[in-house]
Amino acid sequence: MAVDLSVNIGDLFLKNPVMTASGTFGYGLEFADFIPLEALGGIIVKGTTLHPREGNPYPRMVETPQGMLNCVGLQNKGVDYFCSHIYPQIKDINTNMIVNVSGSCPEDYAECAERINELECIPAIELNISCPNVKQGGMAFGVTAEGAASVVKAVRAVYDKTLIVKLSPNVTDIAGIARSVEDAGADAVSLINTLMGMVIDIERRRPVLSISTGGLSGPAVRPIAVRMVWQVAQAVKIPVVGLGGIMNARDAVEFLLAGASAIEIGTANFIDPTVTLKVIRGIEDYLERHGCRSVREIIGAMEC
Amino acid sequence: MRKYVLDLTLKSNERLREGYFLLKLTDGNPLPPMEPGQFAELKVDGSETTFLRRPISINYVDEQQNEVWFLVHEVGDGTRRLGTLVAGDRLNVVLPLGHGFTMPSSASERYLLVGGGVGTAPLLYMGKRMAEAGCRPTFLLGGRSAGDLMQLDMFRALGDVCITTEDGSAGERGFVTHHSVLSAASFDRIAVCGPKPMMKAVAAYARSKGTECEVSLENMMACGVGACLCCVEKTTEGHVCVCKEGPVFNINRLLWQ
Ligand SMILES: Cc1cc2nc3c(=O)[nH]c(=O)nc-3n(C[C@H](O)[C@H](O)[C@H](O)COP(=O)(O)OP(=O)(O)OC[C@H]3O[C@@H](n4cnc5c(N)ncnc54)[C@H](O)[C@@H]3O)c2cc1C
Ligand SMILES: Cc1cc2nc3c(=O)[nH]c(=O)nc-3n(C[C@H](O)[C@H](O)[C@H](O)COP(=O)(O)O)c2cc1C
Ligand code: FES
Repeated sequence: MAVDLSVNIGDLFLKNPVMTASGTFGYGLEFADFIPLEALGGIIVKGTTLHPREGNPYPRMVETPQGMLNCVGLQNKGVDYFCSHIYPQIKDINTNMIVNVSGSCPEDYAECAERINELECIPAIELNISCPNVKQGGMAFGVTAEGAASVVKAVRAVYDKTLIVKLSPNVTDIAGIARSVEDAGADAVSLINTLMGMVIDIERRRPVLSISTGGLSGPAVRPIAVRMVWQVAQAVKIPVVGLGGIMNARDAVEFLLAGASAIEIGTANFIDPTVTLKVIRGIEDYLERHGCRSVREIIGAMEC
Repeated sequence: MRKYVLDLTLKSNERLREGYFLLKLTDGNPLPPMEPGQFAELKVDGSETTFLRRPISINYVDEQQNEVWFLVHEVGDGTRRLGTLVAGDRLNVVLPLGHGFTMPSSASERYLLVGGGVGTAPLLYMGKRMAEAGCRPTFLLGGRSAGDLMQLDMFRALGDVCITTEDGSAGERGFVTHHSVLSAASFDRIAVCGPKPMMKAVAAYARSKGTECEVSLENMMACGVGACLCCVEKTTEGHVCVCKEGPVFNINRLLWQ
């Protein structure tokens, strides 16, 4: 008998728990030659802001041991452009197309979310209160319980579909922040965003990245992400979406066992553009091997 | 153009000179169409320090043999590891990526192709496609000394070859921009690939003559498909992805002066 891979994130139905992480999968279209996009549980598109953003200067990327740092800085053409030019191209992709929303004050987040609320084929947003690469806002909100709650409240007031809030790992008490976001009305939390890091070019005695620091992603961050997902899953009642360094099905199952109801794959798409399909198949194999009928049986099923 | 992830098989790995090697790869199925100036992202297995794929230009496509060639300069762990591959090994590649050089608009167009170092790589395939279109380009190839110049016999079969070396051991002494062909002949179009100072010098020459000129950029890349926005170049239209809109750009779009 075929195993059931479907999961729910609040009211959102996912045919399987595998989504792609914002900023690593473009608008999905960039990967359409490699995989059938409708095979995914969801696609979380590029970070979108109320106003257009040029992003940070080049260089924006440096490779690190088992990972990379980036300081893209939310380059995007703004929510109006998204609605008029990009939405028409992606609205018929038969999976959950989720927009990652960023801003520099609660009002901007709310206005951006309100616009996206009107788009029929966008069933959810992921609020990015955790970007380490922009000067004002972004992570500033995500590092205090009050800041996080203020953004979520402002958005909740105008947004009535599924609201996922993406948490920053650059904090001392991630469970506390998750609880405050839950109390403020989030339907789910996702974690982790990138960890703040830095690389120095020792010959030139300068930072490699244009703004000195950047966000670390890839397998290097995975044990931290698993720990945080586990802590948050115990602290909140809303579903948790886990990500950070997932490279294969084993890694994905690790997050599910830690308490994630779904997972996102980011940096791994750069190394293998077909990795998401392999992870879906690998989760299915794991479930069959372990005699499970549904992926829901392994969510939070770690024994300790 | 449709992009593919392919597990190619290595037919040969030939040392062209110290630190440079030529990979010839094939596949059981016909290779997809590729344009000169496009590139591939090569997966490097077995190097602890190499996490991301490595972008490498398409050096040549041999349709009869169903081969794609990559000319690689060893500069770090990733390229060194690629240099250890032997015939029969598999290499996972994503290709073809980006936009290549503009093809000549007519067979009579006088086209100059300028390359320095490993930057000569994409010009060979460009020369081949031009020859197929009935064009005979002029190649202007530069190196530090005679031993630096690779694949010269193939270039000579496709067009007129001018050479400069910094030590004068082959061709004219100096940089490519010092070559007498630049004052003796005039060109309708120039394409350049090589170190940035060389490309800038050729771009300045092209500007002074009012000649159309394209350059191939090598910004650091992560995804190679326009998804991550890491590889951007600041242009007249703001930040654009080199991997998707380039790597070949008309100099009028760039903010180089
Ligand atoms: C579109 C494109 C086409 C290219 N075509 C070729 C080609 O045909 N043949 C070839 O030999 N090389 C080519 N390169 C450069 C090649 O990608 C790098 O030399 C390679 O990634 C270095 O990997 P590594 O692990 O050996 O070195 P690393 O250890 O990663 O780096 C060693 C040195 O190489 C430099 N480097 C690393 N990555 C790049 C990069 N993407 N561009 C420029 N310098 C880099 C680093 O700054 C460092 O100083 C191309 C690059 C691009 C973007
Ligand atoms: C190049 C790049 C750009 C990113 N852009 C965004 C973004 O716009 N919004 C966001 O919430 N997260 C962004 N992220 C973070 C990822 O979505 C993800 O949280 C992080 O990379 C960890 O997952 P991974 O290790 O699987 O990549 C970005 C990551 C990378 C590598
Ligand atoms: S390398 Fe990712 S957008 Fe160019």
